[in-house]
Amino acid sequence: MTLLDFARGPAMNVAIAICVAGIVWRLVALLFLPRARDRSTRRPGAPWRVTAAATSILSHMKVAKGLGPVPRFAVWNAYAYHIGLFVIVFFFTQHILVWEGLVGLSWPGLPTGVITVASVITLAALVAALVRRVSSPILRLLSGFDDYFSWLLTTLPVLTGLLAQSHLFLRYDTMLALHILSVAAMLIWFPFGKLFHGVLVWVTRGRTGAFYGRRGVAI
Amino acid sequence: MRDRETIGEGLARRGLSRRALLRYSAWLASLMALPPTASRVMAETLADKPRQPVIWLSFQECTGCTESLTRSFSPTLEDLIFDLISLDYHETLMAASGAPAEAAMEASREANKGKYVLVVDGSVATGLEGAYSTNAGKTNLATLAELAADAAAVLGVGTCAAFGGLPMADPNPTGAKSVGDIVKDKPVVNIPGCPPIPEAIAGTIAYFVTFGRLPDLDHLNRPMAFFGDSIHDRCYRRTFYDQGKFAKSFDDEGARKGWCLYELGCKGPVTWNACATLKWNAATSFPIQSGHGCLGCSEPGFWDRGGFYQPLSAAVMGNPALIGGAAVAAGAAFGAASAVQARKKRAAAQAAAKQAEEGRQG
Repeated sequence: MTLLDFARGPAMNVAIAICVAGIVWRLVALLFLPRARDRSTRRPGAPWRVTAAATSILSHMKVAKGLGPVPRFAVWNAYAYHIGLFVIVFFFTQHILVWEGLVGLSWPGLPTGVITVASVITLAALVAALVRRVSSPILRLLSGFDDYFSWLLTTLPVLTGLLAQSHLFLRYDTMLALHILSVAAMLIWFPFGKLFHGVLVWVTRGRTGAFYGRRGVAI
Repeated sequence: MRDRETIGEGLARRGLSRRALLRYSAWLASLMALPPTASRVMAETLADKPRQPVIWLSFQECTGCTESLTRSFSPTLEDLIFDLISLDYHETLMAASGAPAEAAMEASREANKGKYVLVVDGSVATGLEGAYSTNAGKTNLATLAELAADAAAVLGVGTCAAFGGLPMADPNPTGAKSVGDIVKDKPVVNIPGCPPIPEAIAGTIAYFVTFGRLPDLDHLNRPMAFFGDSIHDRCYRRTFYDQGKFAKSFDDEGARKGWCLYELGCKGPVTWNACATLKWNAATSFPIQSGHGCLGCSEPGFWDRGGFYQPLSAAVMGNPALIGGAAVAAGAAFGAASAVQARKKRAAAQAAAKQAEEGRQG
């Protein structure tokens, strides 16, 4: 079995299974945690909880006013690599084929050149995020293994994918195998580290919005 | 005294000029990407050398490799046999059969000890001590061991000989192995393909005859001259790949426009061969040009690497629904167990707090 066969087969099978099981595990455990009943009285005219949740999710996406230049750059930079990752994962034809194989759905992809540009921007933004993290004494103090490891496992698939696509350094099949293995590593880590914010961000922001919306607080 | 006439003498006897030999050697040199000066060296060396004795063994195979060789256009099989090599034994092509054929092989082996090139097509059955595939009362396994011992070099022609091929496909009932798995004390060159490109066979033999050594090989012992580039890198449809233009089916508009066949399972990006440059049938076409994706037939295990029509980037999943379902069930079970444990802890804490409260009041 070649490295590529291992990556496409057993490695991805195991990684996807762990990722799905981990996501379900954490979500079920979280959503079924015992919690105190909300005994507050619903404020008259308070929005429907789903509306409040959606509003909160959207309002948290805005760049906050009053930020200094560096934090504002950090927010825009985060937008750059999040949108970049979204474009790469969902609009690169080769990735759409992965989704089609997994869930049976397909949609039109973007030209490879566009994806290459998106990958370069994403990579640059990820490097900028790391530079900011290590150059800021406060952020450095707040950062732990999870932060750096999650960064690494996000960056490696982008880097190896770009190198594979560009046929650089290693043979295409070797680089493709490394790319798939890096994705497998990321999938395994996803439910258990800070990358899980990709799922929890919607829960926490929505929950916050519903909580405050019930009390008539607009956020 | 020489017991074989030289290649130059043979050509002269057939009325072919030195210029013809120069043309031929120039073609061989260009085929193997050798420098221009190499063609003159090849011509001079070839002219003075006797034809290279070759013994060709066919094991677990379909004769497709020989069929391919018979369709070699440049050089033709006749050119190859009459000009370059002395094909002393080949079950399909030789006129003799039975005991005389085996005697011819034995005579060649005795006369050319340490000099002949042993070509093998087909994989070697090792199950039941090789009994799955026999010839002239001997197992292929035994024949290979005997003949490889006296060979100058061994060529595994075709994917079956090079990597085990279709006979080795899961569950490999005959215990098929590649020639390289059996022969460990001789240089083994692999010329894979199902079938291999005839020019790759001829070119490799010509190189060996001329320079007395094997050409540069890659990590799978394939001549770099023929297996140094991927199909994808040399494919004329590459530009459509780069533009993200892919045929979705074999008869859609994209297919008619000649767009990239990646989505239809083409394995060109991970297949190293010269199909896209040398092509087949006098450089007429190759599979991708004929509208079908590359199957990756010159790579090890190409038959067991997921479906031929499954895109390369797609994961080879055992059963997505089963794996996904099992993962969801396992995750839900662990999650429920975590929640139940948390609730138990909470209930225990509440009970303890209540007891403490009652104790204070009592």
